[in-house]
Order: sequence, then C-alpha cells, then structure tokens
Amino acid sequence: MPFPHRHLLGLDGLGCDELTFLLDTAASFKEISERDIKKVPTLRGKTVISLFYEASTRTRASFEIAAKRMSADFVSLTAASSSATKGETLLDTARNLGAMRPDALILRHPASGAAQFLAARLDCAVINAGDGAHEHPTQALLDALTIRERKGRIEGLTVAIVGDVLHSRVARSNLFALQRLGATVRLVGPPTLLPPELRDWAECTSDLRAGVRDADVVMMLRIQLERQGKHFFPSLDEYARYFCLTQAVLVDAKPDVIIMHPGPLNRGVEIASDVADGPYSVIMDQVTNGIAVRMAVLYLLASQPRSALELVADPLGSATGAQPAVAAVRARRRSR
Amino acid sequence: MTATSRVVMDAQAIDRALTRVAHEILERNKGTADLVLVGVRSRGVHLAERLRAKIRAIEDTDLPMGIIDITLYRDDLSRSGQQPEVKGTHIGFPIDDQRVVLVDDVLYTGRTVRAALDALIDFGRPRNVQLVVLVDRGHRELPVRADYVGKNLPTAQEEVVHVSLQECDGEDEVVIADAGGA
Repeated sequence: MPFPHRHLLGLDGLGCDELTFLLDTAASFKEISERDIKKVPTLRGKTVISLFYEASTRTRASFEIAAKRMSADFVSLTAASSSATKGETLLDTARNLGAMRPDALILRHPASGAAQFLAARLDCAVINAGDGAHEHPTQALLDALTIRERKGRIEGLTVAIVGDVLHSRVARSNLFALQRLGATVRLVGPPTLLPPELRDWAECTSDLRAGVRDADVVMMLRIQLERQGKHFFPSLDEYARYFCLTQAVLVDAKPDVIIMHPGPLNRGVEIASDVADGPYSVIMDQVTNGIAVRMAVLYLLASQPRSALELVADPLGSATGAQPAVAAVRARRRSR
Repeated sequence: MTATSRVVMDAQAIDRALTRVAHEILERNKGTADLVLVGVRSRGVHLAERLRAKIRAIEDTDLPMGIIDITLYRDDLSRSGQQPEVKGTHIGFPIDDQRVVLVDDVLYTGRTVRAALDALIDFGRPRNVQLVVLVDRGHRELPVRADYVGKNLPTAQEEVVHVSLQECDGEDEVVIADAGGA
C-alpha cells in the first residue's frame, strides 16, 4: 500500500515518497472539479464528519466540497452550534460522534495534539484540519502542490516563510513537508515570533529584505490577531512597517517569485493589497488545489474497509494501536 | 515465464488483430464521422493509440482520443483493503452525440467495462458506445459484450491472462498462465 496510514495528523514523519504520492494523487483529482458533473462515486456510502472548534471559511468549505465531490455523506459541526457550548468535553463529543460510525472525522481544535488525542480513542480515520500551533497538514500539501505546479519541482527551491511563525501550524507543516521534499526553507519574522527550537531546523532572520532575497517562493503567514495582545510586537502599524510584503521588498526576490498566503488576509498588515492581487500571487490557485488535496486525503483514508484498518500498524498515530489491536485479537479468537 | 505458461498471441498476431479491428470499426461506422477513441488505463490507452495510428493510415484522419481511469468507479474499493493509485482521466473533447469506441486489453468479468461506462457517462451522453478488446477470455459476471474482439480465448477461471505491450512492457505478447505461474 503506497500510503499505509490510518490517520493524517501531521506531515512531520512522512517520507518524501509518501508526500510525493499524496501530491500525485491530488493532481489526478484536479480534473474532476473541471467537469460539468463534478462528482465521482468513490466514497458512496461513506460518512465524513467535520468538527470545528475554531472559525474557518476555506478549510471547512473545502473539506465539505471535497467530500461531496467524492459522493461521501458529509456532516458539518462547529463548536458554536454543538453541545460544546453546554460544557461537553472534546472526548465526550467525539465518542458520541464515533458511535454514529463515521468513516472519517475531520477535526480543527485550538489545542495542539487534539487530533492525535482523538486518533488514539476513536476507530475511524482522523484528519487534522489544524490543531493549535502544531500542524495543518492539508494546507501544507495544497501549498506544496501549488509550488510544484508553478515551478515544476520543489527540490532545490528557496522558500521564505514570513510572519507569525510562533503561532503558525501552517508554517510547521510546510517546514516539515518542503524540507523533506528538498527545498531550503527560511523563516522570517520578528524575534519574538520566531520560536528558538526551530532555529535548528531552518535559517531564521528578522530582516524581511534578507529573508526574501533570491527566494523562489514567499509564503506569508497571517498575523493571528486573536492570539495577539500578549505584546509580541508593539503595534500592528510597527509590524506592518517592518514585515508587510510590498512591491518594494519583492524587488530582491527571484524575478519569477510566487507569493502565497493561507488566508484569511490582513491586507496592509502582513501583505500589501497590490501584492496579494498582483501577478505573482497564487493565492487563488492554493484555494483551488485545496479541494484536490482534500479529495485525495479522503480517498486514501476514508475508502479503507474497517477490517483492513484494524490490522494496519500506523507509525504516525502510534497511539492508535490500542483499540484496533484489541479488536484484531478478538477477531482472531472468534475465527478459531 | 515458467513451464506452465504459453504464448497465445505474438507481436505479429496482435498487430494483425488490431489492423482487422481498425477496418471493422470503419466498416461498421461507415467512416470516421463523430467517431472518438477512449482508452482504459493503462494498456487500453496504448491499444487505442495504435488503433488511432491504423485508422490514420487508412482514412488519413486523426480521431480525438481520451483516457479513462476507472479507479474511482471500481466496485471493490472498500473490499480490497488498499487504494489503487489514481492516475487521472483526460477526455479533452465533448462526447455528447459522439460514437465512442472504448478500448481495453482483456474482457473478463465485465466489471472494468461497467466502471468505464459509468465514468464515461459522467462526461456526457454519447450517441453510442462500442467496445474493443484485444482478448475476450470469457467468465462474465455482468451482462457485457465486446463489439470488436482481437482474439477469443477460452480459459479456465484459475488461469491468468497477461497482455504485454511494447509501450509499457518492452514486448508485444499475450500469455496464458496457471495462477501464480507467471
């Protein structure tokens, strides 16, 4: 099996072959969204639940459209409209949803590790749609797919990731994936937003011009206004003065540089409007590719029969073993 | 190849069969009007390309050609325990009101053809669909038949038919083998 995992919790730990397989599979799904009838029957009869404890436009809509184009039944829940408002814990909510026998659960949660936590306790596939400041694997996959489409390769490229790296799960997932695929990654941001532990992973700088110089790809991160107020920088104005990506800064990048942003944009804070809407911007390509990436992930994880799942050892969700292993032992006993 | 396998078509036999099928397609359709070729991945694509070349040689016309990947339409996905690689479908022309010649290498249970028809219908409403196979080995599980057959090959169900083509296998050959013998 080319992708022998039961869950997608993060990209850290995935091999170059596995990442390439995910991207190749996603690329082959793009054509479906170009058809008049944008639907294939592949996940007919499969149930996919999305459970979002944080606001989201793109990711939630993208997963829902992806699941529906694969003919899965899709149920979308948000914390605001769920029993979480009545005080139900994440685990209780997830167990109840698990008892409804979904084939995949897509989780977004403000706590790092939330997806891993559920993967160890549910017997459906768990797909991480962003957990705290940890990982956002499908975002990094769609970024990688967009880069590969535009540049024809990833290996050997220089990618500058700019902004609030500290709070960014997008930055982490991209760092792991792009480095594994052979790119050189630079992290750029104010010293307070560059986590010291990542200095061992990638070149870090607080000089935007130096960070962008000769870059093939500039990936802007959103200043997470909801996570600020802790004085990582004096003011948004000052942040914009030093770290806003403008045409003037881009002069130092490669002439065919592409500009990416995971959205939503804070125009005039981390990215100038004329850059976001300019000829180098591939931000809308990223959104389009998000559908294909999520179709591929759902295809690879939700189409598996339960019987096969129980026997697959998963290096990514190592804690997943407990329940499936018990089930497998029981199944073996029964068959004697 | 082990002692339990035998060659049932060599390169020359395959070529002759395709030449005959190309003529049959043109005869039955009275030319190339509204005719399009669609190959089923992966060997059906190579066979469709060869038929296209033969039809070009006969009628001096290039037929539109598409590629269909049936993976997403298979009926055994959630039973097989693994996800076959998806390589994508490319049909770059409208198939509405066209005569679609679907090309595959081996006709066996009929399940691949069923999946290919479902995939095809998602792209439009062809006037008709005609099926070309290089080998018909019998043992249908669905009510499917081929319009053009390179070779009818009576087989036992436990036997395996291997089609090798120059483009992907380095040689042209159809081999029949005992299960596990090739």
